[in-house]
Amino acid sequence: MKMTGAQILVETLIEQGVDTVFGFPGGMVVDIYDKLYDKQDKIKHILTAHEEGAVHSADGYARATGKTGVVIATSGPGATNLVTGIATAYLDSIPLVAITGNVRNSMIGRDSFQEIDITGITLPITKHNFFVHKVSKLADVVRKAFELAQSGRPGPVLIDIPKDVQEAVFDFKKQPVKKPDPIPCCDDEDINKAVKLIKESKRPYIYFGGGAVRTSIGEDIIKLADKLDAVIGCSMMGLSEIPSDSPRFLGMQGMHGRFASSVALAKADLIIALGVRFSDRATGKTEKFSLSATKIHVDCDRAEIGKNVPVDLGICCDIKDFVDRLIKAAPQRKNTEWIKKVEQLKQREADAYEGLPFLPRDTINIISDNIKPDTRLVTDVGQHQCWAAQFFKFRKKRTWITSGGLGTMGFGLGAAIGSSIATNTRSVLITGDGSFGMCLNELATAVTYNVPVTIVIFNNHALGMVRQWQKVFFDGRYSNTTLDRKTDFVKLAQAFGAKGFKATDKKSFEEAFKKAYKVKGPAIIDLTIKTDSLVLPMLKPGGTFNNLILRREDISDAEK
Amino acid sequence: MPRNKIIIAIYVDNQYGVLSRVTAMFTRRGYNIDSLTVGETESPEYSRITITLTAEKNDKDQVVSQLRKLYNVKKVIVLSTEDCIKRELLLIKVRNTEQQHADIVEATNIFRTKIIDFTDEAISIEATGDSQKIDAFIEYMKKFEIIEMCRTGIVALDRGGTNIWSEHED
Repeated sequence: MKMTGAQILVETLIEQGVDTVFGFPGGMVVDIYDKLYDKQDKIKHILTAHEEGAVHSADGYARATGKTGVVIATSGPGATNLVTGIATAYLDSIPLVAITGNVRNSMIGRDSFQEIDITGITLPITKHNFFVHKVSKLADVVRKAFELAQSGRPGPVLIDIPKDVQEAVFDFKKQPVKKPDPIPCCDDEDINKAVKLIKESKRPYIYFGGGAVRTSIGEDIIKLADKLDAVIGCSMMGLSEIPSDSPRFLGMQGMHGRFASSVALAKADLIIALGVRFSDRATGKTEKFSLSATKIHVDCDRAEIGKNVPVDLGICCDIKDFVDRLIKAAPQRKNTEWIKKVEQLKQREADAYEGLPFLPRDTINIISDNIKPDTRLVTDVGQHQCWAAQFFKFRKKRTWITSGGLGTMGFGLGAAIGSSIATNTRSVLITGDGSFGMCLNELATAVTYNVPVTIVIFNNHALGMVRQWQKVFFDGRYSNTTLDRKTDFVKLAQAFGAKGFKATDKKSFEEAFKKAYKVKGPAIIDLTIKTDSLVLPMLKPGGTFNNLILRREDISDAEK
Repeated sequence: MPRNKIIIAIYVDNQYGVLSRVTAMFTRRGYNIDSLTVGETESPEYSRITITLTAEKNDKDQVVSQLRKLYNVKKVIVLSTEDCIKRELLLIKVRNTEQQHADIVEATNIFRTKIIDFTDEAISIEATGDSQKIDAFIEYMKKFEIIEMCRTGIVALDRGGTNIWSEHED
């Protein structure tokens, strides 16, 4: 059937199973929006306040479901506003298709109004990008983009479509969706080698990350740990894949991870790393990372093997296949000493904190105890993010949505909107006054679409994480981290048409949260916390997990 | 770790923009390219890029793995620096003077290079060979006044009957 390029794009999106797109119209996508207008019954378009909000929403949609998120923006500034969001998705391997318009082919290269080389700009932050020269290529490019976004290690793909291609006419025929090629299985030889290393180990530790979420292997990891008598920890991207109360699970490890999890990682003699990339936030100084441990690294991306940390056995394969086969092949082990040692570490952590009032932790606990298991917990970036990662009790998969790799402040509200729309469930956004200030315009979107998102602002009137560094490493010289803004978040919520609550302590927060959680659309709780609350444990730059700062008293700085 | 010169041959889609995708990977990951050549191949849909760089073993694996992830990259092999045929082309223009022109002509004969342009002001010479020969020839030509020169960088093929699609060890 003869169709215009814009129509072909919309039809191909429908063919690929897209039900929701996020975006913001403009001159060079007006043809696409015209055709979306005809297909409102098939594709829901969510109009955000800003393109960055749209791309974070598409990302949140993808994280909450595993499906590919789709965002549309116009040329020039519309396209450049996507950049942070595309990079966020790239660093966390999130499947995303970004569609931008561009000026006509005949106008390209002349610095035309709102012309930008977005394929050039996004080259290092996409898996691949396409500039569509001819309408004859358009449908296949879109299909390829969706295939690439989901294949192997997922990631963002951008399609730039000049206006004349959107207008031009070509034949379109619907095609069945091509499934990405499966990731190869591992060899028997690799399993044999792994079994041999397991037999030699006495202190095994399973470290998993975003790849485990992607392949949904939480149950298998627990089974494997039972077989090996191992403990389990994860990176920030791995959270929510296994329930927080799993007996062998020590929580997130890393720079601000749980004490027992990080120290056990340093003391292990065998690390089985599944779907991780040994990020510097998870390992500390990579050169000194668990030097004495034997490391098995399994990932679907060959380039990750040995990239950051040298490994003894690197296997590029489907991690689910590896874990399934290893469960069968591995002998039942017993590591009583090791388990006892880890219990002591957990006790030491408990002794350091238990009983002490700490509002950030108490707040996260209240949230944990008062939400449904399928509620998505979304965060921005900073101290609140680390507290949420440390203390939240995850019960269901894919309920944790955070910008791990890029650490994008302002990610949260857009992502919360996207995840709520994708799953038709409520999300709780934990944010800080700093992060929230970067994206609060999307409150308008949340109100317009009546998105059930409960926003908890950890308001310390500061950029807390940087301030913490200034306290510990810069003699308390708080350069530009004090936010003396006088913003009234309750009134702000009301101005946008949302509900606003205020809380100053545990009791008032619990009351406010219970009310806010019941509000149909968006609601904000402005929770005042102490300006100098710290995220602990804390790893000194260049340090290792053997010298984590566990308690406030351990910080030797001028202010103490 | 020892740093070695490595030669990488890459088959890519013969389309515009592909070269910048390949070189952007080197920029993004912080690797310095020593030389780069690109040209058509026996099949019109592919171009062959030959890149030389100085790298540790770890870097070599990383470069190859990262290149293989690029959508337009169809094949990547590392050529054995000792056991491949490699050539470079040099064009060099030196000042022609009455006192020196005999010396220049003699040097071109000894190095088995070719004079391709000869005027009262300048002699232009074409030299082909492996990089060491080219280096040596340039070094010798420094005796005379070098007006301008350019070299292509290495092109290289495996010895014997194999091609890029044949089985290779990394």
